[in-house]
Amino acid sequence: MIRQFFIQTGRYILFMEKVFRRPEKWKITARQFIQESDKLIINSIPLIALISIFIGAVLVIQTAGNLQSPFIPKMYVGYMTRESLVLEFSSTMVCLILAGKIGSNISSEIGTMRITEQIDAMEMMGVNSANFLVLPKIISCTLLTPLLMLMSVFLGITGGYLTVLFTDVIRIADYIQGIRYWFVSFFITYSCIKTAVFAFFISSVSAYFGYYAEGGSLGVGRNSTRAIVITSALILIFDLILTKLML
Amino acid sequence: MIEVKNLYKSFDGREILHDISTRFERGKCSLTIGSSGSGKTVLLKSTVGLHKPDSGEVWFDGTLFNQAGETRKKELHSEIGMLFQGSALFDFATALENVMFPMDFFTDMTREEKMDRANFCLQRVNLTNVNDKYPSELSGGMQKRVGIARAIALNPKYLFCDEPNSGLDPLTSIHIDRLIQEITQEYDITTIINTHDMNSVLEIGDKIIFICQGHKKWEGSKEDIFDSGVPELNDFVFASKMARTLISERNR
Ligand SMILES: Nc1ncnc2c1ncn2[C@@H]1O[C@H](COP(=O)(O)OP(=O)(O)OP(=O)(O)O)[C@@H](O)[C@H]1O
Ligand SMILES: [Mg+2]
Repeated sequence: MIRQFFIQTGRYILFMEKVFRRPEKWKITARQFIQESDKLIINSIPLIALISIFIGAVLVIQTAGNLQSPFIPKMYVGYMTRESLVLEFSSTMVCLILAGKIGSNISSEIGTMRITEQIDAMEMMGVNSANFLVLPKIISCTLLTPLLMLMSVFLGITGGYLTVLFTDVIRIADYIQGIRYWFVSFFITYSCIKTAVFAFFISSVSAYFGYYAEGGSLGVGRNSTRAIVITSALILIFDLILTKLML
Repeated sequence: MIEVKNLYKSFDGREILHDISTRFERGKCSLTIGSSGSGKTVLLKSTVGLHKPDSGEVWFDGTLFNQAGETRKKELHSEIGMLFQGSALFDFATALENVMFPMDFFTDMTREEKMDRANFCLQRVNLTNVNDKYPSELSGGMQKRVGIARAIALNPKYLFCDEPNSGLDPLTSIHIDRLIQEITQEYDITTIINTHDMNSVLEIGDKIIFICQGHKKWEGSKEDIFDSGVPELNDFVFASKMARTLISERNR
């Protein structure tokens, strides 16, 4: 088990070394980057949007339910909703969801290419397959997932707003005041960095497990599951580490 | 010329290739034959470096492949055209883009030039009207032919074909065999073909290597194949009625 851990980690590092070589032609990498961004990030927008709106709505109701004391101003409902979204939900939870969505996509796609010898075919041509296939995915995820996070914060707050608008949990003016109360811009930076780190793990670890898939379609499925489990664990561990370091 | 010396390969302690030594001449089609599971694909992949041999040497025109440096290996790879047994076309690209793929990486041709070249290659394998189709929309035989077109796209110095005509009708099959022979002679390519098709052997086999359970049992020219005196090879050769008829006619 421990031996396996070191073997896998070593192989992962060697794999990354192969991924981060200088591309044969930047033009090809750029083209792939655009395609991957569309497939991985743009395609995730509806899912993340839907989840964020609903979570925002639920957060408002739950926080309002917990802040019954007349001594606490109602605007704290808005404030706490915003903070929960910025600090944890839109970064960590969204990335856990993306680990499932993007991660399984990447590892099954690359795994299938491995078992149908497409990767061998690339290597035979002298193309660095790891670089060609994986680098655009990693760049795309690491750069663009923070934007998804910002979108999620915005839509979560909107979801809360709609709840306030259509129910009578608190007054709309209180909610708005809470949303604008004590805004620490560093929290956004912190969240962006967290998201970028998580997105790097999602793309690179699932690519790694796809790249070394063996044993036919069963092996691809097995490695795809493994990739999601390990990325999720990494996200949680690094959530703790980064929070301790940065806050 | 490619030379293989004392090649051994095993998987998980099971020996697949045992002491294979042979030579593949330039400008000739060398055919590796043998029954299913005899180790032809493993031999081919060990020759091109997709499998790491346990021991033995592979020489590509004076370069010892296993010990070549990164850059030399890369250079060699761009001179190799390879057709995989399962075609291995890229799912993300159309037939035309598949053929253009190696050109994208290793040439500075304009898009038009690349398309012209790709079209030319596809025409040579008798494929038209499939340019915009994805591999999943092509029949197995069509995929094979796109695979061949891709393998010859960059005018390789070495051409490896793993069963180029399995799954093709007899007519296309002969056409593909002739095509491979033609370009081999035209561009002076070192060509290695895995096959179990006796037709191909008699049609284009300049040199035949017979593999049986990982051992090289015989090698020679197609003229001698009927008189090899190797029982396993005779079983293989005379499995088809056609060959039996042919030989009885010759003996008469
Ligand atoms: N990656 C691998 N791991 C373990 N065993 C393998 C592997 N690849 C091939 N083998 C074994 O090697 C032997 C030879 O296989 P190979 O694919 O070379 O046969 P072949 O001669 O190409 O057969 P066919 O004509 O059916 O393609 C088989 O017994 C197979 O089980
Ligand atoms: Mg085979």
